[in-house]
Parts: sequence; C-alpha cells; structure tokens
Amino acid sequence: MKILVVDDEQDIKALFEQRFRREIREGAFSFAFCFSGEEALTFLREHPSEAVLILSDINMPGMSGLELLRRIRENAPEPPPFIVMITAYGDPEKQEEAMRLGANDFLNKPLDFSTLKQKLTHLT
Amino acid sequence: MDLVPLILMGNGVILAARKILETAARLPEWDKVLSKVWAGSILFFLLVQIPWFHFIQEWFGEIIYLLLLVTVYLLRDYNPARMFSIALLPYAGISVLVAIVHFIAPSFYKAYTGYFGPAEVFSVLWLIGFGTYALVQNNKERKQRRKEEELIRAAEIRKAELEHLVVARTTELTAQKEELEKTLAELKSAQTQLVHSEKMASLGELTAGIAHEIQNPLNFVNNFSELSLELAQELKEEIEKPEMDTALVLDLARDLAQNQEKINHHGKRAANIVTAMLQHSRTSTGKKEPTDLNVLADEYLRLAYHGLRAKDKNFNAGMVTNLDPAIDKVPVIPQDFGRVLLNLINNAFYAVTQKKNQAPEGYEPTVTVSTRLLKSEMVEIRIQDNGAGIPKDLKAKIFQPFFTTKPTGQGTGLGLSLAFDIVTKGHGGTMEVESTEGQGTTFTIRIPL
Repeated sequence: MKILVVDDEQDIKALFEQRFRREIREGAFSFAFCFSGEEALTFLREHPSEAVLILSDINMPGMSGLELLRRIRENAPEPPPFIVMITAYGDPEKQEEAMRLGANDFLNKPLDFSTLKQKLTHLT
Repeated sequence: MDLVPLILMGNGVILAARKILETAARLPEWDKVLSKVWAGSILFFLLVQIPWFHFIQEWFGEIIYLLLLVTVYLLRDYNPARMFSIALLPYAGISVLVAIVHFIAPSFYKAYTGYFGPAEVFSVLWLIGFGTYALVQNNKERKQRRKEEELIRAAEIRKAELEHLVVARTTELTAQKEELEKTLAELKSAQTQLVHSEKMASLGELTAGIAHEIQNPLNFVNNFSELSLELAQELKEEIEKPEMDTALVLDLARDLAQNQEKINHHGKRAANIVTAMLQHSRTSTGKKEPTDLNVLADEYLRLAYHGLRAKDKNFNAGMVTNLDPAIDKVPVIPQDFGRVLLNLINNAFYAVTQKKNQAPEGYEPTVTVSTRLLKSEMVEIRIQDNGAGIPKDLKAKIFQPFFTTKPTGQGTGLGLSLAFDIVTKGHGGTMEVESTEGQGTTFTIRIPL
C-alpha cells in the first residue's frame, strides 16, 4: 500500500522510514514524501492512482493541509484516496472543516506511531 | 577801608568761593584750611591791634586774594574754577605790579599814581564783571549738572527696575525649566515603559509560535531517541546471534548514528528557539555580537508565522527564504535586531492577511525574507510581502512613533519607529521602504559588516 506523507518538516521522512522499517522491508507499506501542499498536488498529478492513503499535516506554510484536501477532493481522482489529517492544536473547528472537506480521519500531534500503525493495518 | 568790614567781606568771599566751587567735595584737605579762615581773621584782627604789627593791616585783602588764587589753581581742571581764575588774575597781576613798583621805586610810583589808580579800578571792574559772568556760568553749569544727575538717577532707577524684572524673569524661566525637566524625565520613563510593553506585547505574540516551534523538534527528539533504543536493542540481539549478519549490524549502526545526529540537530533547534525567546525578553545588552543573520532571520520568520497562526487559526501564508550562504557572522545586537525582524515580518504577515480578506480567489499570500552580501562591506536584509501595500500619503508617517493603522488596542504604533531607531542608531545602517498600493511592500535594511 502506497502512502503519501505531506509535512513541511524534512525529517519526517527519516522518522517514518525508521518507524515503518519492518513494514517497508516486508513490502507491506511504501512511502512517498512531499514537503508542501503544492508539491503534493504535483506528485498526485504525476503519479495518478498511486497513493492509496494520504497523511497530511494541516499546519503548513503556503498551501495548508485543508486547502490540499479541498483540491484533492475537487479533482476527485479514482479511486478516491483515504485521507488522514494531522493537526497540532487538535482543535475541533479545524476537524469539523476537514470533515466537511472530505477527510476520512484525524490524528493529533505528536504522532502516536502505534495508533497510526494500527489504523494503517486496519485499512489493509 | 576799615578792617572789620574788610574781614567780614573777606570771610564772605571765602565762604562764597567754598560754596560755589564746592571745595568740601573737590578739595577736602584744602577746604579744612579755608574753613579756618575766620579763626585766622580774628587772630589777624588781634595782631593788628599791636602797634608794631599795624602795618600788616593792608595785607588782609592780599592774603584772602592769595587763598582764592591757590583754590582756583588747585581746581584748575574744573571749568568754573578756570573762569574765576580769568576773573581774578588781572587784579592779581596789577596788585603785584603796583606793590613791586611801590617797593622798588617809590618816587616813580608817586609820580604815576594817576595811572596806577585807573588800572586798579579797571582790574576790579574786570574782577566784578568776569566774576559775575563766572557765577552765572557756574549756575548754568550746576543746573545742567543737576539735570544730568537727575537723568542719571532716573536711569539708575530704570536700571534697578530692569534688574528686578530680569531677576523675576530668571526665576520664572528657572521654574519653567525645572518643570520642563521634570516633564522630560516623566516622558522618558513613560517611553521606557512603552518600549518595554511593546517588547512584552511582541513576546506575547511569540509565545504561541515558540510553543509550536519547540514542540516539533521535541517530537523529533523523542521519536528518534525511542527509535535509537529499539535500534540498540536490535543491534545487541544481532551481535549475540552465533552467526551475525554483518551487513545488518552495519545498517543498524549507521541508522543509530544518523538518529543521534537528528536528535542533536533538533535539540539544538529547540535550544536556539529558547535562546531567541530569552534574548528577546532580556533587556538588551546593547552589545554587538557576531550573529548568524540567516539563522536569526529564519528563526524569527518561523516564530512570527506560528505566533500569528496560534492567535488566528485561519491565518496562513507562504514563507519563502532566500538566504545568501556567503554571509558569515554579522556584528549585531541580537535582541534588538531580532525585534526588528520580528516586527517587520509580523507587519508583512499582517499585510498579506489584510489583502487575503479582500482579495479574489487565487491570491497566494507570501512573505519573503532574503539576505544578500553586498560588495561594499554591507549586508542587506529584505522583508517582502505581496500584501495590501502602504498608501502614498501614509508612507511618510510609518516610522513615526505611535503611528498605526491597526485598530485601537492591536498595535502600539511603536514597532516600526523602534525598528528604525535600532537599525539606524544602534547599527549605523539604513532602512528603506518601497511599496505599491495593492501590490505589496518591501522593507530593505542595510547594515555594515
């Protein structure tokens, strides 16, 4: 299962690659990383229907995670990717808006990787 | 002439001369002599009664006359006295001449008595005429002098009045000066307080940004250290295996090293942020320290961004940094310069937010911070936004203290004026603004290396 991670922190890549080392080695998951909403849109355009799941931070400079979510849902790629939003402040307004824009799930920062792993395993 | 009337007249003449010529004031010593003339006259009168001395009776007039001449001579610098001397001299000359002729050639004297008489009469008339004239002149002069004295006295009174006025004015001015000094001191302390509250206000804006900015690196520190524990455990297990996989061991060791690097990096990042916050809240040391401007600019851009983000959840803007790696450490007062950057960046974010609230779809609010090493031993920092811009008529006012376009309570109006002072006075640099209404604003700071 291909997962696209969108976050403005570069080291999120190293973190995910280690956290999911076993899963990656076993071929259960594969990850792609984008460091801004704009980059994510380009990636999705260039690799259509590749990412099954998108994990995006909301709080990013430039295009926010919510804007990215809106654009993806607007473009409506097939099959529709499962989108999980990550928010640092865990505020209900943002969650509601994300919900309205078509998010499938939420996660709070700091990321609890065991919860994340459970969710991902559950999805596959 | 009888002696008694002569003595009385002589004394009268001396008294008159003393009064007219004011000898008491002009010749105090000589006046004492003159004041004893009456006593001398009595002595003279008694002396004359002795038959042997009878002949001196005729000398009385001459003695008086001589006294007058001496008085006039002593007063030769005094104008009226000179007049009197003109009046006195002809008679004196003729008298002396007559006396000499009488003494040397009595026969000649007797033969020409008829001539000496009229000469004496003439000199007496001359004495009377000129004496009168001198008296009149003297009176005139005295009047004139009195007038002058009155004028001088009036001038002195005026002078005293003026001096009094000057003293009064000086007292008034001193009081005013003291009052102004007091007001100035109060204003200065008010200014210090305002500057402090401005700083604290911007610290408040920073706090949320700081919390967020610290949380991210701390999350990394926690994650990578947890991972490192796992890696170490795995490494241990692998080494304990009878046939260990060397490639895997190397892999694990490499990952471990990489993680330590990441932990170190993010730990430092958090520490930098804390340092920046402390520096910002601390009273400025006023000392320039070699500072990495690129790091400072990047930190404050992020802090400002997250600070605004925390205050307004809907806030969002693109951040672009364009930092010249050629810039080495630059001597700046870190706290002060950080405030300048924070203020300008906050303003830029404010401007793009304002525009975003009115702008059509597709507007991408962006704040760009660039640094550039200039050839002329200068560093340039530009803070650029594509926000609402500054209207032309306000451009001249933006560096004035207490000028703000923000709603009451949202801005102190001190930010830019303080920033301007810090750059120009604190760092000997320049600060310029370029703005096109509706297009955006660019602040350009240049400071010497």
